[in-house]
Amino acid sequence: MTLAVDGLRVRYGAVEAVRGLSLEVKPGEIVGLIGPNGAGKSSTLNAIMGAAPVAGGEIRLDGASLRGRRTEDVARAGIALVPEGRRIFAELTVEENLRLGLAARRSPGGIDDVFELFPVIEEFRRRQAGALSGGQQQQLAIARALVADPSVLLLDEPSLGLAPRIVSVVFDALAAIRERGLAVLLVEQRAQRTVALADRTYVLSNGELRLTLGPKDADDTEKLVAAYFA
Amino acid sequence: MSVSWQTLADALSLGGIYALMAVGIGLVFGVLRLVNFAYGQLIMAGAYAVAYASVWGWPSWAGILLCFAVVLALSVLMDRIVFRPLRTHSPAVMLVATFAIAFLMQSIAVLAFGQLGTIASSMGPLNQPWDVGGVEIRKIAIVSVVVAAICLALLQLLLTRTSVGLHMRAASMDFRTARMLGVRANRVIGGAVLISGLLAAVSAVMLTARNPQVTPIFGLDDTIIVLAGVVLGGLTRPIPATLGGFTIGFASGILGGALPTNQSQYLPTFLFAAVILVLLVRPNGLFARAGAGAERL
Repeated sequence: MTLAVDGLRVRYGAVEAVRGLSLEVKPGEIVGLIGPNGAGKSSTLNAIMGAAPVAGGEIRLDGASLRGRRTEDVARAGIALVPEGRRIFAELTVEENLRLGLAARRSPGGIDDVFELFPVIEEFRRRQAGALSGGQQQQLAIARALVADPSVLLLDEPSLGLAPRIVSVVFDALAAIRERGLAVLLVEQRAQRTVALADRTYVLSNGELRLTLGPKDADDTEKLVAAYFA
Repeated sequence: MSVSWQTLADALSLGGIYALMAVGIGLVFGVLRLVNFAYGQLIMAGAYAVAYASVWGWPSWAGILLCFAVVLALSVLMDRIVFRPLRTHSPAVMLVATFAIAFLMQSIAVLAFGQLGTIASSMGPLNQPWDVGGVEIRKIAIVSVVVAAICLALLQLLLTRTSVGLHMRAASMDFRTARMLGVRANRVIGGAVLISGLLAAVSAVMLTARNPQVTPIFGLDDTIIVLAGVVLGGLTRPIPATLGGFTIGFASGILGGALPTNQSQYLPTFLFAAVILVLLVRPNGLFARAGAGAERL
């Protein structure tokens, strides 16, 4: 299914966090969203999930409007979010965390499908999730989102605080997820890796779209730096 | 100070009932971050149902059924009329709202049933003693311990083995993330309120059997002590809340039995002094694990 954001405006009181953002993510595509802190990246994801105040614009999934719908209904419509800071349930077991992902699932099926992508999760399935390392917790957070069998996957800085080796594991997993035909919207701070992986990457600044980059721009450091400080 | 077997059985029974009430209050606190001060009035309403069924000459099982019907109906009504519309407001607003419901229900009881109270005589047989190895113990003491144990075991199964239970536990840990995963807020809160109501109904039947004189302030003192017990145990998790409720009920039963009759009015003083002391030493509660679930980075 195609996720389309059209002229989105997000406002917290007097502060406008997102000002007229438009983007589209089609099945089998990764779209990157980069930009400095406070650019409105997380607000965009939260607005799609119905968890941030939308002041204007439209959010559509295959043409059907999601604006004003409850967060849980957006999840059940087929959009899964891997939130910033992972937000796994530390006191529940790994398996219980994954079973929570089933809450939004519309198709029949269980939690076992995700172990192929993240074998380390299966190894620790009976353990308390809080006992996992940061990298394992991030893999669990992505696996939990995939258990819902979503059409669209939103990720909010999945590489934050991870060792470079684990970052590669996460980015490789995203490439595999794209192969499965999901539409992926990736918010990141690691600009170069994101631009290299994504089909196209939007640079956001002050809540507005400043620039669109393609995979070829990943090695053009000057262009990336200029995009951030434009 | 010596403690008789009767006192011990009685204390265990009070501990069991208070544990049920504590987990009822704790479940709703978990998903709504709301201490429902009207919990005692739910129990009072249930007790009146038992008492009036008895006055009308209904058999005791019919009185118990009526008690469940009344308490559950009031719980659902509370959820729909008060909790749901006020859920997104500040905790202070909801807290004051539950105070208002508590006083409203109590005033309605005074107007409708009078101050003097009604006797639930159908519960009388439960107050007869059983001879257990030469020691006479009130039937209700044994029945309430068994019923409390069964209810707590069933609740534990529900919370750990079903998806509704898993959703409830997740919602009480991090409601926002639970909703992002598709957990339905209204269903989880409605479920918690309903289970909390079931536990209130069970507690109402037990308390009525212990004390058949039902007045508009029935259950009020018990609820205040249980609230202290819930805070004592740790408010945010069902098991510590249950243990806190049991502890304070048990302590209350032992103290009540041990204090000379002319000093029984000091019972709450001793109880609350102990609660304050415990909280000074362990502010997170007696049974809360320190640093549980801290996230590794």
